[in-house]
Amino acid sequence: MDKYLEMIRIRFLMMLAYRTNYYTGILIYCINIGAYYFLWSAIYSGKSAIQGMSIEQMTTYVAVSWMARAFYFNNIDREIAMEIKEGKVAVELIRPYSYLGMKTMQGLGEGVFRLFFLSFPGVVITSLLFPLHFSSDIRTWGYFALSIMLSFVINSQLNLLAGVVTFFTLNNEGLLRAKRFVIDLFSGLILPISFYPHWAQEVMKYFPFQAISYIPSMIFTESFHGKAVIDGLLFQLMWSIILLLPLQLLWKAAKKRLVVQGG
Amino acid sequence: MFYVSVFFQYMAQYMKTKLQYRADLFVEFLSDLMFQSVNLIFILVVFGHTTLLHGWTRDEMIFIYGFFLVPFALFGAFFNIWDFNERYIVRGEMDRVLTRPVHSLFQVILERMELESLVGGVTGLIIMGDASARLHLEFHWYDFFLFLLFALGGMLVYAGVFISLATISFWSDARSSIMPMMYNISNYGRYPIDIYNRVIRYILTWILPFAFVGVYPSAYFLGKKEWYSYAFLTPIMGVIFFMIAIMLWNKGIKHYRGAGN
Repeated sequence: MDKYLEMIRIRFLMMLAYRTNYYTGILIYCINIGAYYFLWSAIYSGKSAIQGMSIEQMTTYVAVSWMARAFYFNNIDREIAMEIKEGKVAVELIRPYSYLGMKTMQGLGEGVFRLFFLSFPGVVITSLLFPLHFSSDIRTWGYFALSIMLSFVINSQLNLLAGVVTFFTLNNEGLLRAKRFVIDLFSGLILPISFYPHWAQEVMKYFPFQAISYIPSMIFTESFHGKAVIDGLLFQLMWSIILLLPLQLLWKAAKKRLVVQGG
Repeated sequence: MFYVSVFFQYMAQYMKTKLQYRADLFVEFLSDLMFQSVNLIFILVVFGHTTLLHGWTRDEMIFIYGFFLVPFALFGAFFNIWDFNERYIVRGEMDRVLTRPVHSLFQVILERMELESLVGGVTGLIIMGDASARLHLEFHWYDFFLFLLFALGGMLVYAGVFISLATISFWSDARSSIMPMMYNISNYGRYPIDIYNRVIRYILTWILPFAFVGVYPSAYFLGKKEWYSYAFLTPIMGVIFFMIAIMLWNKGIKHYRGAGN
């Protein structure tokens, strides 16, 4: 266990080393949220609510989605692909820890760093610039915390899956990019799932994507009430367990097929 | 003439390397298509809940987006310098480039060519064609040339801004994430400029003129007379910003000291 905690700490310190990155990081998030704020204001003009969400809830939704993304987002899929291409993965595999577990911990270290140095200051700045609404109910915050932890788990599992596919394809830049767009679109990051046409919502129920962004953001903006919150959390929990299976199977097959291209 | 032949030789070389990973090239096309549809789906879904966006209709928004894809694809194909700092400065590749007998910027651009991005331009044309059919737009014979001029102007605006940013690496070789930030700002230029407040509108017109890549030139084809003067400024802004970028580059090169091995 200690070595995994150490991984989180090292990655956290690594992130700290590139200081300009987090100043610009905060700016990026503010600019992004700003763009969506103006766009949504124009979309809402004259309407008090769309799909049961007020403009204030919508702005908060956008802000929280992006801030939560800072926490669950990581590049471990790219790192795995890179390590396979450069042949470093052979060395990683003989080390006394689980490779996938270690990658997840590195992702967590990154997430914790971004949460404290990017999300929190970012939220403070955006709340000064744009009208955001924060709940005063402590339970909402608790559910939200639980929910973004599960978002991290599910997103990391999908990243690991995409990364492990590199063992078979050797060069999968395109696949990694495609995965990113699918997640941006179907996780509810740029559009709440409730805005999609009915048939699309039905289809999305069968995929894990909305567990990544839509559910935590809806919980935070209190657009979900009572049973919907619990259902959302259970949906997340279910997927984080289901995804373990393909991950294990793929990983087993991948280790057998390892081709080291260099290194 | 020499530059033209170098260009074509690089192009041939490029094709060969790309065809090595054929399956990946296919997936790359698909992922490009997905990237383009993300924004399109956004527009479509949003207009399921509203009919006008500050007086702009859904099809007009789609037209702007389609237009934007063309200069953006040209930029992506020929000015793909996102990782300039990492590749050329941090790893010291710039030293190699400087020993060659062609202009260093030309050389860097050729090495980083990504011709498959041009597919995005084709998607853009299709989207634009579809939108203009539904809007019953009428085109004149000279509109074709104006379109070319505007698309090239938009590409130069993009190239100018991003090359200028890349030159920062000559003075400071620290890693930074300015590039993705600029990418986010450039997204603003795709939406009707009048939805933003005055400060942002000013910035998008004169300082980081991304509005010239999307909304301004499109306004001409959409017959929005109040924006015509801005539309015709597009190629001029492109040339000005590209010239500034080259000047900065030439200045930066003199300042450059090798960092790698």
